[in-house]
Amino acid sequence: MATRYTRDHEWVRLDGDTATIGITAYAAEQLGDVVFVELPEVGRKVKKGEGAAVVESVKAASDVYMPISGEVVERNAGLTDNPAGVNEQPEGSGWFVKIKVTDKSEVDGLLDEAAYRDFLKTL
Amino acid sequence: MADQPETLRRTALHGLHLSLGARMVPFAGYEMPVQYEGIIAEHRWTREHAGLFDVSHMGQRFLVGPDHAATAAALARLTPGSFEELGLGRMRYTLLLNDDGGVIDDMMVTRSRSENDAGALGLVFNAGRKEIDDDYFRSRLPDDVTLHSADDRALLALQGPEAATVMARHCPKATPLTFMSATSAEFDGIDCSVSRSGYTGEDGFEISVPIRDAETVARTLLNEPEVKPVGLGARDSLRLEAGLPLYGHDLDEATSPVEADLVFAIAKARRAKGGFPGATRILKELRDGPARKRVGLRPSGRAPVRDGAKILSLDGTAIGVVTSGGFGPTVNGPIAMGYVQSQFSRQGTKVTTSGRRENEPAEIVALPFVPHRYFR
Repeated sequence: MATRYTRDHEWVRLDGDTATIGITAYAAEQLGDVVFVELPEVGRKVKKGEGAAVVESVKAASDVYMPISGEVVERNAGLTDNPAGVNEQPEGSGWFVKIKVTDKSEVDGLLDEAAYRDFLKTL
Repeated sequence: MADQPETLRRTALHGLHLSLGARMVPFAGYEMPVQYEGIIAEHRWTREHAGLFDVSHMGQRFLVGPDHAATAAALARLTPGSFEELGLGRMRYTLLLNDDGGVIDDMMVTRSRSENDAGALGLVFNAGRKEIDDDYFRSRLPDDVTLHSADDRALLALQGPEAATVMARHCPKATPLTFMSATSAEFDGIDCSVSRSGYTGEDGFEISVPIRDAETVARTLLNEPEVKPVGLGARDSLRLEAGLPLYGHDLDEATSPVEADLVFAIAKARRAKGGFPGATRILKELRDGPARKRVGLRPSGRAPVRDGAKILSLDGTAIGVVTSGGFGPTVNGPIAMGYVQSQFSRQGTKVTTSGRRENEPAEIVALPFVPHRYFR
């Protein structure tokens, strides 16, 4: 499935019923150098809209809101040792968590790539 | 429409910042560059080479009286410093105090070398405190001493171990200066006031230059291979690593110089005699020790702890608050400073912090986090 986006600058990519979640390149650029990432534990149930992860730059901390509900099945351990990985490849190897999705239809309300790009132009 | 933000002021280098791709943010009523290439890269560049900072938002002032003794005495009535014996071309850090012994502002004081400036002391105020400081001085100065603003001048800081090499090419008169001294000088023929000072913990210079020449000086410095522009983000992480307090975070009108661990700014002669605002409280704190004290704080984990987080003793009692916190790129980890009850201020004391995260272990440590490398 194609990647979908939120207006809070998270992205989600569905593969079967597993969703990979991260923050967008725009968000990473706005945050600046990421120095710490806090990820939810494997097994934790997260709800769409919940601030289940935290990303901290030199200057400030920001919540990362889950774009879809489900259960955390994997966290990106690489970000613990190298938080800057978020800046290097925010929409690739800098992903945050993978979750087993409860209800795939939740992505329907999210932005597709073109709509997200249009949204960025309004900022 | 929602409320429009107050119109932000711009420094003489605003156009230069934009042309360098700076991200501009509101700061103390000014539109200022927070970063260019990135805070960590700019921070490291300053520690290893030389960073150029626009600090023109700060308040450049002259306190002018009939002679040095009169001006020095007028300043000494509002601060715990002593300026009578301040040598020609020498600088001193001081604190503007309220009647309760709290800090209205912290500032640099410079006595010019020039005979033409006899009776004048240069002051540099924090940007966010300019109006408050101006009002306070004007309400308390004797009739023969007046405060003048130098708003026709920009202020640049060139900081880092290669700053002196760069200055030698354009302003050779600056290079013999030692830390906390100043001179008038020509920078490629442009009249400037240059001091060996700054707020990063590194060797470096501050250059006060007429606004019309500011961009020429800045571009000349940026053309040197040792120099890159550095924004307010790295200025903050550099000063935090250097253990230097920032007004509005680590200093405020409720906090005394003794609590802030700035006793060095209280002149020896005045520790006995007082005669400055809030002397009763400050002399008592010198004698008996303050109830709370500014300390360094090193979180044990990788997570930064931020301004406003509580500091707790190991039994869970609240003992203080974080006033500056973030990530130290040279330390390569989270660092903070804050205030704790004095009995917990000893180095090595284990504490926890509660902010975004609860009960994060941390330790009270000595400041600075990164040794100062001033040219003395």
